[in-house]
Amino acid sequence: MNNEGEEMETREKTTPSSLANVANARGQKKPGTAPLGSGLEARGVHAWFGKHLALKNVSLDFSSGTVTALIGPSGCGKSTFIRTLNRMHEFIPSAAFAGEVLLDNKDIYDSSVDVTKIRLQIGMVFQKPNPFPSMTIGENVLSGIKLAQLNIPKSEQDDLLEDCLIRAGLWNEVKDRLDAHGGSLSGGQQQRLCIARSLAVKPKILLMDEPCSALDPGSTLRIEETISQLSSSMTIIIVTHNMQQAARVSDYTAFFLSDGGPGELVEVGPTSQIFTKPRDQRTENYVSGRFG
Amino acid sequence: MTLIQNQIEIPTPSKPWVKTPLQRVPSIAVGIAALALAGAIVEATPLKGKLGFFLVFVPLITVLQYLLARIRATRKAAQDIFVASFMWTASFLVFLPTASILATTVTKGLEGLRLSIFTNTMAAASYTDPIEMGGLLHALVGTIYLILLSVIISVPLGILTALYLTEIKGPGSAFIQFIVQAMSGVPSVIAGLFVFSAVILATPLEASSLMGAFALAILMVPTVTRTSQEVLVLIPNDLREAGLALGATQWKTVALVVVPAAKSGLITAIILGVARIAGETAPLLFVLGGTDALNSNPFSGFNSGLPLYIWKGFLIGLPESVQRAWTGILVLLILVLILFTAARVFGPKKGRF
Repeated sequence: MNNEGEEMETREKTTPSSLANVANARGQKKPGTAPLGSGLEARGVHAWFGKHLALKNVSLDFSSGTVTALIGPSGCGKSTFIRTLNRMHEFIPSAAFAGEVLLDNKDIYDSSVDVTKIRLQIGMVFQKPNPFPSMTIGENVLSGIKLAQLNIPKSEQDDLLEDCLIRAGLWNEVKDRLDAHGGSLSGGQQQRLCIARSLAVKPKILLMDEPCSALDPGSTLRIEETISQLSSSMTIIIVTHNMQQAARVSDYTAFFLSDGGPGELVEVGPTSQIFTKPRDQRTENYVSGRFG
Repeated sequence: MTLIQNQIEIPTPSKPWVKTPLQRVPSIAVGIAALALAGAIVEATPLKGKLGFFLVFVPLITVLQYLLARIRATRKAAQDIFVASFMWTASFLVFLPTASILATTVTKGLEGLRLSIFTNTMAAASYTDPIEMGGLLHALVGTIYLILLSVIISVPLGILTALYLTEIKGPGSAFIQFIVQAMSGVPSVIAGLFVFSAVILATPLEASSLMGAFALAILMVPTVTRTSQEVLVLIPNDLREAGLALGATQWKTVALVVVPAAKSGLITAIILGVARIAGETAPLLFVLGGTDALNSNPFSGFNSGLPLYIWKGFLIGLPESVQRAWTGILVLLILVLILFTAARVFGPKKGRF
């Protein structure tokens, strides 16, 4: 515990200029090296709330088996964008959309697509930990089976439960109290429970919308470790306000910005490049802490 | 800076913010003074009785406490006392009639409460007979039928309507909302007349417990709907999104996530619905028949209910019949209390929302 504490301290002292070192220290993954997971491609994505255009013409390619961080100041549309990727955007009554999102080269907005199947393949972890209050820890993890009406034999469910909790880095803390309610866990544990819950339906892609913004540094560290482990088997897209986090966990970084109008994608590239020699002056200003 | 880590004695816990008895003396003295003064004023003026005393005492103690606080403390503290005094008066005004009703019911009802009333009906006895003869078994059974049938009809209707309004928000939601609100304002006698004219007069069906339950359901559905709605609105949207993001359909999300999360509140909605109808008399006048014998079939034949039994007792107006009515009220109160306790005990153990 002591060691961890010291490590956290050094992390917090990290200055923006040393972000590049953090990003460089992390080995760059070449796209396509991981056989698992699927690629996702956004083409000309626009998003509206009512008449207000919130997101303008975003095209991004997420290679399979990579971690992509979406960074940018508040209100730049990165959360809106990530919600268009598994069609959660449409639950806001005034929402509208234009563009294409291709999962394995098939548009998820095509009218012939069963949206529940899409969300099964593209999981999501939310900003605030939201375990189901009426369920125990074990039931929470396996809730997707009932919710999505999957046919998984009872005999395999115990293994799945353990596997998901191990992958989410929570097994050791909860293995003796799987019958306790999710609400009895700490915030960080709840968030890892939510990650385990997403993993149980075996998504190929995991979307994370600021998963650590409500957590303390220790829990954040645990979740980042979880992300690193998961990234070997799936494609991860993470929205974060924390640039150190982006530098630590991601292979690619996309910078979003709104100049008062709709949010736009300014620049995308390998994380080390975004933090060392960004092509755009605005990215440079943001990652060096001159604004935002 | 160094940390002082000497061994220190742990002090005894105290509550310095609570007034000591000595500090309370002035305000208790003012209270006694107000009581005495109010008594004197009631004696000296034409104001008479408990109400007169109350009317004098409340303003008097408010003013005296204000003046006391003004002398001892600041103007702000005095204002605080002044407003707090109004709050106390208001809550006392609400509490008084409730306590009075309860006390009257229990004292008057207890006189007629005996085991024999739960085993006998009025089939072979008259309301004016001594209380030892006859009983209210038929009315108790009738009321249980009425409550059960009303719950069976109203709870699914009410909760499904609430789910439509909060979860689906489908076409016509605003109109349905308006209808539900309008329905909760319907005078209860209208509900009875409606069932009488639309069902009993128009079809071969005759008055029975089922007809009574139809009338009561008209009153219960809006209560269940509105209360359920208030509970469902409080369920965080995060939970719905979490369910949908796992690849669930909306129906599965509602059934497995939203309703279980709201379970405790939905039980409250049912309890409030039962409370709304348990004592209703007016809608039952035309649709229940009002027999004095036990009818164990809720679906056909005239039946009775405790409210009707009570109403008849007071209507006849003789000491024996009035005694029956008071005992009937007490039995109804106890029945409702048992139902509510059961709902809390056998319902979900812990309300998380």
